[in-house]
Amino acid sequence: MTDTVAWRGWLLDPAPASRRQARLGRWYRAWMAFRRNGLAMTGLGVVLALVFMASVAPLIADPALANLQVLEDRLQPWSAAHWFGTDELGRDILVRILFGARITLTIVALVSLIVVPVGLGIGLPAGYFGGWIDAVLMRITDIFLSFPRLVLALAFAAALGPGIENAVIAISLTTWPPYARLARAETLTRRRAEFIEAAELQGASHLRIILTQIVPLCLPSVIIRLTLDMAGIILTAAGLGFLGLGAQPPAAEWGAMVSSGRQVLLDQWWVATIPGIAIFVTSLGFNLLGDGLRDVADSRSA
Amino acid sequence: MTAAAEAARTNDGWARRFAGLTRHAAKTLLSVALTFLGLTCVTFFIGRVIPIDPVLAIVGDKASIETYNRVKIEIGLDQPIPVQYWRFLVKVVHGDFGNSVITAQPVLEDLLRVFPATIELSMFALIIGVVLGIPLGVIAATHRGRWQDQVIRFGSLLGYSMPVFWLGLVGLLLFYAKLGWVEGPGRLDVGFDDVVPTITGLMTVDSLIEGDSDVFWNSISHLMLPSSILGYLSLAYVARMTRSFMLGQLKQEYILATLAKGLSPFRVVWVHALGNVWVQLVTVIALTFGSLLEGAVLTETVFAWPGLGLYMKNSLFNADLNAVLGGTMLVGVVYIGLNMLSDLLYPLVDPRAREER
Repeated sequence: MTDTVAWRGWLLDPAPASRRQARLGRWYRAWMAFRRNGLAMTGLGVVLALVFMASVAPLIADPALANLQVLEDRLQPWSAAHWFGTDELGRDILVRILFGARITLTIVALVSLIVVPVGLGIGLPAGYFGGWIDAVLMRITDIFLSFPRLVLALAFAAALGPGIENAVIAISLTTWPPYARLARAETLTRRRAEFIEAAELQGASHLRIILTQIVPLCLPSVIIRLTLDMAGIILTAAGLGFLGLGAQPPAAEWGAMVSSGRQVLLDQWWVATIPGIAIFVTSLGFNLLGDGLRDVADSRSA
Repeated sequence: MTAAAEAARTNDGWARRFAGLTRHAAKTLLSVALTFLGLTCVTFFIGRVIPIDPVLAIVGDKASIETYNRVKIEIGLDQPIPVQYWRFLVKVVHGDFGNSVITAQPVLEDLLRVFPATIELSMFALIIGVVLGIPLGVIAATHRGRWQDQVIRFGSLLGYSMPVFWLGLVGLLLFYAKLGWVEGPGRLDVGFDDVVPTITGLMTVDSLIEGDSDVFWNSISHLMLPSSILGYLSLAYVARMTRSFMLGQLKQEYILATLAKGLSPFRVVWVHALGNVWVQLVTVIALTFGSLLEGAVLTETVFAWPGLGLYMKNSLFNADLNAVLGGTMLVGVVYIGLNMLSDLLYPLVDPRAREER
C-alpha cells in the first residue's frame, strides 16, 4: 500500500530528477486522464480482448477445427457444443470467429507497417526541406487523397488477384496520404524550433535530425490517427472479403463468412449475422479507443 | 468623399474580387487537371499490372505466333510505355473506354445506363443524411457534454463502425422478410419492369413524369431500406462534422453579443451560428456524396440494385477489365468533380476565403 503511494508520488513529482522519471510521469498522467473516459476504456477492453482471443485461439482450439466440416451438423443453432451454432458446412462459428480475429489483426498490422513508414517517408522530407520537394511530394499526396478509396482498392485487388496480401497492398495504397499530410504538418511546426537548430549546429546530418528529433515528435499524432483509421481499415478489408476479393475460402475471414451466410439468411440468420457482429464490435472498439486517445492528446496540448 | 470616388472605390473592389475569383478558379482547374492525369496514370498502371495477357485474351491460346504478334501490334502493345499511355489518355478524354467483354457494348454506354440507379440511391441517402445529420449535430453542440450530446455522439460512432453490407443484410432480414414493411432487393417489383419508359433513368422521376403512381410508390418502397442504411452512414459523418464546426462558432464572441442584444437563443444558434457554418458544410456534403458512391458498391451487391456498384462487381468477377477501369474512372471523375465544386464554391460563400487567396 505504502509502496504504491510512494510510486505515485515519484511518478507525479513536479520536479523529476531524471529523463526517465519525467517521461514515465507524463505517461502516467495521460493514463489517468484516459482512465476517466469510460467509453475509451471500453474500447481499450475490446481491443485487448481481441488481441488476447487471437493469440490464445490455437491454444484453446485446434487450428484444423476452424475448417473441420461435419456435414451432419450443418446449420445448427447455438447449443452447448457449438456456442454460436454451425455454418452451411457444419463448421463451428465460434472457432471460426476466433481464428478470423487473427486474420483481421494480421491485415491491420500489415497495413500499419506499410502505411506509417510510407506516410512518414513522404511527409517528413516535404515538411523538412520545403521548396520544390515539398511541392512535388504534396502534389502526389493530394492526387492519391482525392481518389475514391474503396473503388480504387477494388480495382487494385482485381488487378493483383484476390487474396489477403493483395488486399493489404490495395488498402495501404489508399490509406497512406493522410499520414504524409499529418507528418508534414507536424514537421512544419517544429522545423524552426531551437532544439533543431542546436542539433544542426552540432553538425548532425539531415537524416539524423529527422530520425532522432522529428520522428519521435510526430509519432503520437500518427498513432492516434492510426487508431482512428483502424475501424476504416477493418471495414474495408471486410468489405473486400465480402465481395470475394479478400481472403479466399476456406479462410475464416469475417467478411467472407458474412457473404457465405447470405444464402441461408432467411432460415439460419446467425450464420451471416454473428461474423458481422464481430466486425462491428471490433471496429467500434478501435473507434472508441481512438476517440479517447485523441481527447487525452487534445487536453494536453490545450 | 465624392460620389465619383466612392463609385471608383467599389468598382475597384469588384475588379479585385473578380480577379481573385478568377485566380482561384484557375488554380483549382490546374489542380483538377493534375489530379485527373494522376487518376489516368493509376488506372493505366492497374491495367498494366493485371496478370492477364490482353493479347492472349483476344486471340486465344491456340493462335500461332504470327497471329499473336500481329494482334500485339494492332492493339499497340509493341509501343513504348509512354506512347501506350498517351494513346490511352487520348481515348479516355474522348470517353472511349473500349468495349465490355460481357455486354459487348462500349463501356461508356453501359456506365451511363447503370449510373442513374446509383445516383438515385445516393441522392436519397444524402438527403436523409443531411436533413437529419445537421440538426442532430447542432443539438449535440448546443448540449455539449449532456445526455443529448452523448447519445448523438455514440449514435454516430455506431454508424462509423457498422459494416454497411452486414447492416443491409440485417435490414433485409428484419424489415423485408420478417416485418414486410418494405419491398426487397431490386429497384422495382418484377411486374413493374419496363412499365415506365426510361427518360432520366431515375425511377422515381420517370414514374412521376409518366404519372404512374403505382410504379412511383413501388420504387420508393424499394429505395427506402438501402437509402436509409446508406443515409445512416452519411448522417453519422455529417452530424459529427456539424457538431465540431458549431462548437467552433459557439465559442466566439459574436454569439455573446447577439445574445446580449436580446435575440432569442434559438435564433442565435439556428440562424447566426449555423449560417456561418454552411460554408464548411458544403465541403462536407460534397465529400459525403463521394463516399456514398463508394458505399454503393457494397450496398448494391446486398440489395441487387442494378447500379454502378453491382456492374463493377460483376465485371470484376468476369475479368472484364475495360468495364472495371471505366467504372473506376467514372467514380474518380465524379469524386474529383465534387472536390472541385466545393473548392470553387468556398470563396463564393465565404468572403474571408476570397481575401486570403
